[in-house]
Amino acid sequence: MRKMLIWLPLVLFLGFFGLFASGLLKPDDRVISSKMVGRPLPAFTLPAAASDRPPLASSQLATGKPRLLNIFASWCLPCAAEAPQLMALKRAGAEIDAIAIRDARADVDAFLRRYGNPYARIGLDARSAVQIAMGSSGVPETFVIDGKGQIAYQHIGDIRADDVPMILDRLRSAQ
Amino acid sequence: MIAEAGLAALWLAAALALLQLVLVVFGLAGRKEELLGAVRPVAVSQGLLTLLAFLSLILLFLRSDMSVMLVVTNSHSMKPWLYKFAGTWGNHEGSMLLWVTVMGAAGSAVALFERALGRSTHMATLGAQAAISLGFYAFLLFSSNPFARIDPPAADGQGLNPLLQDPGLAFHPPTLYLGYVGLSVAFSFALGALLTRQVDAAFARAMRPWVLAAWVMLTLGITAGSYWAYYELGWGGWWFWDPVENASLMPWLAATALLHSVTVLATRDALRAWTLMLAVIAFSMSMVGTFLVRSGILTSVHAFAVDPERGTFILALLAIYIGGAFALFGWRIGAVREGAPFELVSRETMLVVNNLLLSVILGLVLIGTLYPLLTEAFGHKVSVGAPYFDRMAGPIALVLMIAMAAGPLTRWRRDRFRAVAGRLLIPAAVALVTLALVVALAWGRIGILPLAGLVIAVAVAVGSVAPLWKRNLRRTPLFTWGMVIAHLGCAVSLGGMASDSAFTVEKLAAARPGDTIETAGWALRFTRIMPIAGDNWTALQADMTASRDGGGAVELHPQSRFFASPPTTTTEAALLTRWNGQLYVVLGQETGDGRWQVRVWWKPFVTFIWLGGIMIALGGALALVGRERRGWLMKWRARAAA
Repeated sequence: MRKMLIWLPLVLFLGFFGLFASGLLKPDDRVISSKMVGRPLPAFTLPAAASDRPPLASSQLATGKPRLLNIFASWCLPCAAEAPQLMALKRAGAEIDAIAIRDARADVDAFLRRYGNPYARIGLDARSAVQIAMGSSGVPETFVIDGKGQIAYQHIGDIRADDVPMILDRLRSAQ
Repeated sequence: MIAEAGLAALWLAAALALLQLVLVVFGLAGRKEELLGAVRPVAVSQGLLTLLAFLSLILLFLRSDMSVMLVVTNSHSMKPWLYKFAGTWGNHEGSMLLWVTVMGAAGSAVALFERALGRSTHMATLGAQAAISLGFYAFLLFSSNPFARIDPPAADGQGLNPLLQDPGLAFHPPTLYLGYVGLSVAFSFALGALLTRQVDAAFARAMRPWVLAAWVMLTLGITAGSYWAYYELGWGGWWFWDPVENASLMPWLAATALLHSVTVLATRDALRAWTLMLAVIAFSMSMVGTFLVRSGILTSVHAFAVDPERGTFILALLAIYIGGAFALFGWRIGAVREGAPFELVSRETMLVVNNLLLSVILGLVLIGTLYPLLTEAFGHKVSVGAPYFDRMAGPIALVLMIAMAAGPLTRWRRDRFRAVAGRLLIPAAVALVTLALVVALAWGRIGILPLAGLVIAVAVAVGSVAPLWKRNLRRTPLFTWGMVIAHLGCAVSLGGMASDSAFTVEKLAAARPGDTIETAGWALRFTRIMPIAGDNWTALQADMTASRDGGGAVELHPQSRFFASPPTTTTEAALLTRWNGQLYVVLGQETGDGRWQVRVWWKPFVTFIWLGGIMIALGGALALVGRERRGWLMKWRARAAA
């Protein structure tokens, strides 16, 4: 008995060591995997956020063809940085709708004039209610919505230039 | 030049540590006295060289030498000198240099002042100390060089995290490190004793002052850190069960247990293996704490220098030192004779109970801290928060407090149960009266744990001074005073904690200048809001006057401070301390209609938490001085008689 007890600390420590090593060596998981993938969009109807674009409702995202849904705001700097990539996606044939978060119509208009307007429809989510229901925690984020209105992919943060082919891939495979 | 000199000193110190280890190994193995004779001077030189390296780094920070990488990334020429100075250890590399400096200083102290230990155990201890130091020198030199230059030099530095720009930084990390690293001495003692198999009462008497000194520093460091977090973070909380706080609590728990078991060993020559085990665990917990902070495997508010490579390095050090020490323990402890037996009702048993309860708390804190890591290994992410720790460790800590009151009232070797119970009669009566009072005054508003905490705090306060009962106070030895004050400190601290969680009144108000906020008998008049400027910050400061029950008004100035480099906003809470509590005022955001969020807490007796901490440390210091002075006196008398 005493013999066993004597070695117990070492055995326990080896257990801890294994735990530490596994914690240290495991791949970096700073990429957040979305819990919303595979789920249908929440139902919403939003007023128009820009003067020259129609408003957005969730039913308009289930048209049989995959679409991108971009969440942005005119007050958000990374959204401005992301604008050229959205334009590139549109040129590549993607159909993009948007939700403007906590915004004002005049500000959205000015933002779109300055950075370009790749959007078909823009809804205004004045209190982030739809954004929270979609499991989005910030701006910008971009969702790939398949033809049935289900979320196929959630991109957190701005789309960089080298993300564009990946987004197009996701869009194609969401068919 | 200064940076190169510092680096050279560090390399030389590492070389001397290697030499020290080699001298001890060959000296002890071959019984070569001429080799062993060189060990002590080498240890002292090594300590001096680390000190030189550390002073060089301080000088570089004070001069804002922007050709040194560490100064550029952690300092700024506009910073007040105190934060340039203290900023030396407000970063990973500097704090690791502080670590090896303390380790070198501790080694020097053991070489210079340790006289009670047997010759070969003393040498083996110094060898162990050198072996541990070597690992940390390697870590510093190969993966965390504090003296690295950049070319070309930067125009100015990036500044120090504003949360650290506080006088607390000058005090909290050094004391904490003195405690953490001071425990390495106990660790080395244990390794030395395992190697020479000389574990007896004399060994324990030699080890005790080193344990006491480290424990006093650790207590002060934790107390200071708690108070710093309390006023700087602006949440009104004093302990957050953050992994790094736990990392400082775990060595403290182990060291507290060690302190008591070493006394059993010194007085009664019992608990030999257990004491050695605790000495190994205490410093192991310090190293595990360092690993948790530096590797970034757990998320923490203290996570600076998160770097998996450094984490791997420290993990390797852990494996070598802790694994090696436990292996040595398993291999050698069979050769250590069993100590003296003792009766069931005795001081020894009470101290074993103390040790067991402390170990259980230590285990619970360790499990709670590492549990997220464990579940993550199986693919789940969880976080363990205050409710777990409060509910698991709280009740056991309360039982421990009761044992703490009973222990000093129990005789060594053998006592009668009824006699001990009789001595506890007065504290028990006090507990009942307190219970009746609190229930009558606050029933329904107070939780079970705070209620039990208050009752036990009052009873234990009475019980902890009971050892002085019927004694001639002038002839009571200093170390008995130390014990009484430390135990009383525990009761005082517990009382503060219980009172804070039971009676704190919180109020969140939106007020505009001219308004008066009333809470808990205080009237807080919000006079105006003013922009002001400091050395390297600007702030919005609210001028308020607080008065209680129509008494005289006192000015309060909570601030919302903005630092330009790095750009950060901090809240500077305004604290008003009264004998019976603290008023804690935080200025929040403007609400947009000319009103400001103001958060006000009245925290009755909250200061007792840290007052108790200081008393615990003071008690430890008195015990240390008392024991040492008695040793000197006895030596002096023996010499006078001869």
